[in-house]
Amino acid sequence: MAVTIPYFAALTTYFSYGLLFVFGHLRDFFRGFTRSDSTPPEGYAPLCRDFEDFYTRRLYHRIQDCFNRPIASAPNAWIDVIERYSNDNNKTLHRTEKTRHCLNLGSYNYLGFAAQDEYCTPRVIETLDKFAISTCASRAEGGTTSVHEELEALIADFVGKPAALTYGMGFATNSTTLPSLMGKGCLIISDSLNHSSIVAGARGSGAKVTVFQHNIPEHLEEVLRQAIADGQPRTHRPWKKIMVIVEGIYSMEGELCRLKEIVAVTKKYKAYLYLDEAHSIGAIGKSGKGICELQGVDPANVDIMMGTFTKSFGSCGGYIAGSKELIQYLKSVSPGHLYATAMSPPAVQQVISALRLIRGEDGTDRGARKLAQVRENSNFFREELRKMGCEVLGDADSPVMPVMLYNPAKIPAFNRECFKRNVAVVTVAFPATPLLLSRARVCISAAHTREDLVRGLEVISEVSDMVKLKYMPPEEEVDAHLKEKRL
Amino acid sequence: MASKLVDSVVAFLDEPFDAVILGVKIDGHLLVEAVLIAAIVFLLMQKSYQPEKKPLTQNEIDQLCEEWVPESLHPPIREEMKIKDPVLESAAGPHTTVDGKEVLNLASANYLGLVGHPKIKEACEATLNKYGVGACGPRGFYGTIDVHLDLEAKIAQFLKTPDSILYSYGLATVASAIPAFCKRGDLLIADEGVHWGIQNGLYLSRSTVKLFKHNDMKHLESLLEEVMREDKRKKKALVRRFIVVEAIYQNSGQMTPLDEVVRLKEKYKFRVLVDESHSLGVLGKTGRGITEHFKIPVEKVDILTAAMGYALGSAGGFCTGSAKVVDHQRLSGAGYCFSASIPPYLASGSIAAIEIIEDNPDLLVNLRRNIITFRKCLSSIHELVVSGHEFSPVIFLQLKKPVSPSADAAILQKIADQMLEESVLVTVSRRSILDKCKLPVGLRLTVSAAHTEEELHAAAASLQRSVQSILQKQ
Ligand SMILES: Cc1ncc(COP(=O)(O)O)c(C=O)c1O
Ligand SMILES: Cc1ncc(COP(=O)(O)O)c(C=O)c1O
Repeated sequence: MAVTIPYFAALTTYFSYGLLFVFGHLRDFFRGFTRSDSTPPEGYAPLCRDFEDFYTRRLYHRIQDCFNRPIASAPNAWIDVIERYSNDNNKTLHRTEKTRHCLNLGSYNYLGFAAQDEYCTPRVIETLDKFAISTCASRAEGGTTSVHEELEALIADFVGKPAALTYGMGFATNSTTLPSLMGKGCLIISDSLNHSSIVAGARGSGAKVTVFQHNIPEHLEEVLRQAIADGQPRTHRPWKKIMVIVEGIYSMEGELCRLKEIVAVTKKYKAYLYLDEAHSIGAIGKSGKGICELQGVDPANVDIMMGTFTKSFGSCGGYIAGSKELIQYLKSVSPGHLYATAMSPPAVQQVISALRLIRGEDGTDRGARKLAQVRENSNFFREELRKMGCEVLGDADSPVMPVMLYNPAKIPAFNRECFKRNVAVVTVAFPATPLLLSRARVCISAAHTREDLVRGLEVISEVSDMVKLKYMPPEEEVDAHLKEKRL
Repeated sequence: MASKLVDSVVAFLDEPFDAVILGVKIDGHLLVEAVLIAAIVFLLMQKSYQPEKKPLTQNEIDQLCEEWVPESLHPPIREEMKIKDPVLESAAGPHTTVDGKEVLNLASANYLGLVGHPKIKEACEATLNKYGVGACGPRGFYGTIDVHLDLEAKIAQFLKTPDSILYSYGLATVASAIPAFCKRGDLLIADEGVHWGIQNGLYLSRSTVKLFKHNDMKHLESLLEEVMREDKRKKKALVRRFIVVEAIYQNSGQMTPLDEVVRLKEKYKFRVLVDESHSLGVLGKTGRGITEHFKIPVEKVDILTAAMGYALGSAGGFCTGSAKVVDHQRLSGAGYCFSASIPPYLASGSIAAIEIIEDNPDLLVNLRRNIITFRKCLSSIHELVVSGHEFSPVIFLQLKKPVSPSADAAILQKIADQMLEESVLVTVSRRSILDKCKLPVGLRLTVSAAHTEEELHAAAASLQRSVQSILQKQ
């Protein structure tokens, strides 16, 4: 889905950035006469080039109070945000003792496992007692414990693959696995909006990397056909292998992957498919099994299933699931397995317990209720935002929903005004999004009650009126479209 | 007929005719020249000759796609890939449980014996109860928990640096820090033995990379000299230039002569990045690492990184240095910006660990004594070569009579298996095919302050027996 930015918003957004750039450069120019403490010693190049930190100094610092807000509680439905102050025009911020109790619309706490849990926490602490917090060794060299093996069996079974391997960090799961599988003479075709960890892995692999238009299987097909026909650049030898990389839910867009069509294309052209389920595993699908379950795709059609434990499971780390041979191979080559400290055992236990709960193995229906709750909450919130006239991106069922802001001035305005009213929201701007497409991003959790959501909507509506975010006329049609989609 | 025509044309041109256009008299020559110029212009405007490019037809592409046969997703599984990793059934302390049997643990880099320390446990439990396990978001978006800030302040205070920045994974720390500062065109000179995390950072930065021979300062200096000569000759614009070393090399146990590195970096106007993963909490009287060991002020090291999964007995990593070094990474460290922050309980664990180190300098005394004792015991095993620096807590042993890398690895693995039979857990270092480090692998033993001298003597004796019995069978 392409965002079509309203003309007026586009014009004013360009104008605002133009103004910021002109004044930024003017200030840089005059700074040249007054300050010289940032010049490096003779013979050294500056540590950061001017154009690299222009953005930081002249744009980011003005609004940096909207980011990195520290909290003093678990990142659950409500959080205690620590208030900060600045004595130098926002260049540095200092903590105070004061906190503000805010509704949390920012954390990836889809199933509400971020906080203490009557089932998980005691088990986590038991594991802490038994295994301590670290093995001080890599998985391959004495850092594997029985909980690691238990989790790997469990997650493989959960996603529907024969075997799995875990890593201590989701980012590094991508950045160490991709170089293990792809290399010179291979081609990676990546969705244009894929996460930075995939970009790091693809670049680190040494394979040729191209992109296809975000979530458009037709374009993927075109790229694939052309790539196979052309072969490798210059030598025109056939590619050794081709891998297509997509995500289950695109976290900056709130969109679901068109997996069924993409699977059809990769099958037809014999490309391997790598699916990153960081945001979708546990969050969507009837029993939380992610995008495959939601769209009725057999996991056998996805060669490599990757996901993280930092979101729905409220822990840390990531996994790769695939065939037994694939996992065995990765165990012998992946730097994340051979060199990095193994995932911390209590964090492993958190995922095990959360998974058991989701699967109802604790003997209750709490897991099932959480899954139903996050879906219901998400769809309710999205619909209400649309009715209100905000421009919401993404698909039904996705617990992530961006609300378009466009103008740079609206980023701090929206963020600060919501914060004043005790709602913690996330605003995202360039370089995480294209320059024109700044947005706020709401993440819904099963831990939110209906009351919480209504409160959040009231505040967003009030602030949206204030900063003029209701770009869309509140229409009936939108609703109808949504209902149709859900059928 | 033709000659007649030529004649008449010549006659026509010779005929003086007096056309005057805008005051310029036009005669026959001028006309010919004008025609020639027009012809040249006409020719120039034509497209240059190109063989006509016919794009492949859809049918041809279909056929090519049909014919293309990809390689399999991964190479076939070979026998040596089937190593079964040991599985621990209890904490990775100085003793642990494997296959239901208590064993002496010489595999964990639990240098100070902090794994399972009651104070760390207590701190972690309190944090788990208050904050849950995960931070559920990156630092930018409500994933900053107060304990993260406390730990950053604690590290800076401990190492006497202005500020520090946390990463959720040791391996991603250097791999993110290097590309944050070095881009295409910049220059990195690194030791050839650096671990994969550093190699990955060097590669991702796209900078020019030169490698010097492992721990060879002469070679480093010759490279620096070469760079300086090149610079003088070409008068190139200044680029950012770094020397990248590890304090104690994970791949060899060697120690960088930091005094020499600092002298060279100042002479040749380079900056230096030092990875202190295996020296923090190991070197120096109070465990402050290699700068303390060499009595070099920490400001001389521009960027200092370390993983917390070794002596601190926790996980994750950090980078420390000037305020600028730290702040810049908060917006450009890929592994910092685009990954969930480290679980708060691990941050609490690290804070507690640093406090323990501050309060118990005798831990370092024990560690050093154990390292020296153990090295001495090991040196009496004549079939093996003990390598690495005398203060390195990670010790590599290679066969004195090597056969071939793969055969050696197989023999060493048999020795390790035999030792496990005798209730001592050791591992053979394994190297990924992605790893560019060419140093030999070996039997890898790690010493902890929590081991007793008797245990180390017994372990060395067990190694002696295993080596003899395995080598005899060869
Ligand atoms: C698609 C995707 N992959 C990987 C990651 C990295 O996961 P982690 O936060 O566990 O490092 C993220 C996190 O934001 C993500 O969105
Ligand atoms: C020097 C060094 N830094 C970082 C790392 C990675 O640390 P972690 O295992 O905590 O990811 C390693 C481990 O390979 C290392 O040796």
